[in-house]
Amino acid sequence: MNHFAYSRASDVADAVHQIAADHTARFIAGGTNLIDLIKENVERPTRLIDISRLPLDRIENTAEGGLRLGALAANTTVAYHPEVERRYPLLGSAILAGASAQLRNMASTGGNLLQRTRCIYFYDTATPCNKRTPGSGCSAIEGVNRMHAILGTSEHCIATHPSDMCVALAALDATVVVVGRGGERRIPFRDFHRLPGDTPERDTNLGPDEIITAVELPPQGFAENYTYLKIRDRLSYAFALVSVAVGLKLAGEKIAEARIALSGVAHKPWREPEAEAALAGQPPTAETFARAADRLLHGARGFGHNDFKIPLARRAIMRALSQAAHGTPQSQADKRIA
Amino acid sequence: MASRAAATQKSEKFPAPAKTAITLVVNGVSRKLEVAPWTTLLDALREHLDLTGTKKGCDHGQCGACTVLLDGRRINSCLTLAVMKDGANVTTIEGLAEGSALHALQRAFIEHDAFQCGYCTPGQICSAAGLIAEGRARTADDIRELMSGNICRCGAYPNILAAIEQVLAQRGEPAR
Repeated sequence: MNHFAYSRASDVADAVHQIAADHTARFIAGGTNLIDLIKENVERPTRLIDISRLPLDRIENTAEGGLRLGALAANTTVAYHPEVERRYPLLGSAILAGASAQLRNMASTGGNLLQRTRCIYFYDTATPCNKRTPGSGCSAIEGVNRMHAILGTSEHCIATHPSDMCVALAALDATVVVVGRGGERRIPFRDFHRLPGDTPERDTNLGPDEIITAVELPPQGFAENYTYLKIRDRLSYAFALVSVAVGLKLAGEKIAEARIALSGVAHKPWREPEAEAALAGQPPTAETFARAADRLLHGARGFGHNDFKIPLARRAIMRALSQAAHGTPQSQADKRIA
Repeated sequence: MASRAAATQKSEKFPAPAKTAITLVVNGVSRKLEVAPWTTLLDALREHLDLTGTKKGCDHGQCGACTVLLDGRRINSCLTLAVMKDGANVTTIEGLAEGSALHALQRAFIEHDAFQCGYCTPGQICSAAGLIAEGRARTADDIRELMSGNICRCGAYPNILAAIEQVLAQRGEPAR
C-alpha cells in the first residue's frame, strides 16, 4: 500500500482545522472504500486524519419528530436501530441490501455518502478517466459500460453512484449536516450529490474543509407502504444494475403522496419531482405506475451495453410501486420477487 | 561524500513516518506492537503476531477470508488499519476454541465437511460466530444472505449452511 502519515482528530473543530490545513489529507472513518482505493492507487492521500473516535455515533430523536443519525453510526447500527426498524424501514431495508455484514459493521453513515463510483475505468489507473484524472477522457462512454448511467450523464462521465443507503435517504428527503470553518451548514439530500457535468471529479457539494457530522430524517418515514427493490447480477453482495426506493402514503383508494428514488442509473440518487407529483390523487394501478415509470425515465439514454437498463428500470419501478402499494416490501433475505 | 549528502537530504525531505506503538487484546491476551500507519490489522496479525490462521484472500474486502471479530463484531481485517484500533479486542480463529475443546462451529464444520481446501474456513467460522452473536438469522435464507460476505471457491456452501444451521439450532434459534 502507498505510504501516508496518520493523525487523530481530537474533536470536530480539530478535524476541520486539520483538513483545512492540508487538502492532500483525507478523513478516515470506516475505511471500507478509502483503504481499497489507496491499495488500488486511485486515492493517494499524504495523510489520513482519523475521525473514528469522535463522538458522532449517536442516533437520537430530533425536536421536529425526526431522527438524527450521527455520521459515525455504523451502517449495521442504523439498519437494526429500533426507531429505524419502526419508523424508517425503507432505510433499514436499503442498507441491508448493500455490501456484506462485515462491511456494514465497519462502514459509517457519513462515509457511505462519500463512497466513490465503482466504474471499472475509475479503478483502472492504466485507462483515462475524467473523475480520477480530470481532462484525461472517459473510457466508459465507448467502452464496456454495462454498469453505467442512463440518466443525467455528460460527455465527460457516465459513472453511477453505488450506494443503496443513499437511495433511501434521497426518497426520505433527508438532510446532511456538515461543519466547516464557517460553522454548521445543512444540505438537502437532493443537493448533496452532483451530476457529472464538466466536473465529474466532484461527487458532492461538500466543501474541501467540511466534515459530515450527521444525517437527519424528517418525521414522515412511509413505514406502512414502502419497498427497496434491488436488481443485480447475483442475489447478494453485488452493486445494483437498477434499484428502486419507494415510499407511498395512501388515502383510501388513492395515492396521497409518493416518493421514488433510483440507483444504478445516474451519478446520484435519481428523483423526478414531477413524476411523484403526478401520482398524487391517482389510484394505485398498473396504468398509473407505468405512467410514473415513463416520466421518471424521460430522456434516458443507453450507451450500448447498458441499453437494457431502460426497460429493466421501467419494470423495476412498476414492480416497486406495486410492492409498496400492497404493503408487501421486498425481503432482503428471500429474494424471490412475488 | 556528495552522494551521502544527497541521500541525507533526501531522507530529510521524505522522512519515514514513525511507527506507532499500539496495544491489541488478541484472543484475550494483551499484545504490544509497533505498526506503520498503513499496516492493516490483517498484516499486523499475520506478520507481527504470527497468527496466520486469519487468511489474506483478495485483500480488498470482497472475499471474507480475513474476517475476525473486533470488539465482538465481524469485520474485514484487510480494510482495517491496525493503528486505528489501538486498545481494541480482536478474536481470531486461533481464539475460538476453549483449551482443547473446539468451538461448536469448528466441530460443526468438521461434522458437515463444510470445507474442501480450507482457505476460506477461518473467515467463514469467524463470520458465522459474528452472525450468531448478532442474533438476526432465523431462516436458511437469512443465513445465506448474512454469510454472503464470505466466498468459498470450492463451493462448500450447502455444507457451510448446514453447519451453521446446526449450531443455531443447538443455541435454541432454529433455522427454518
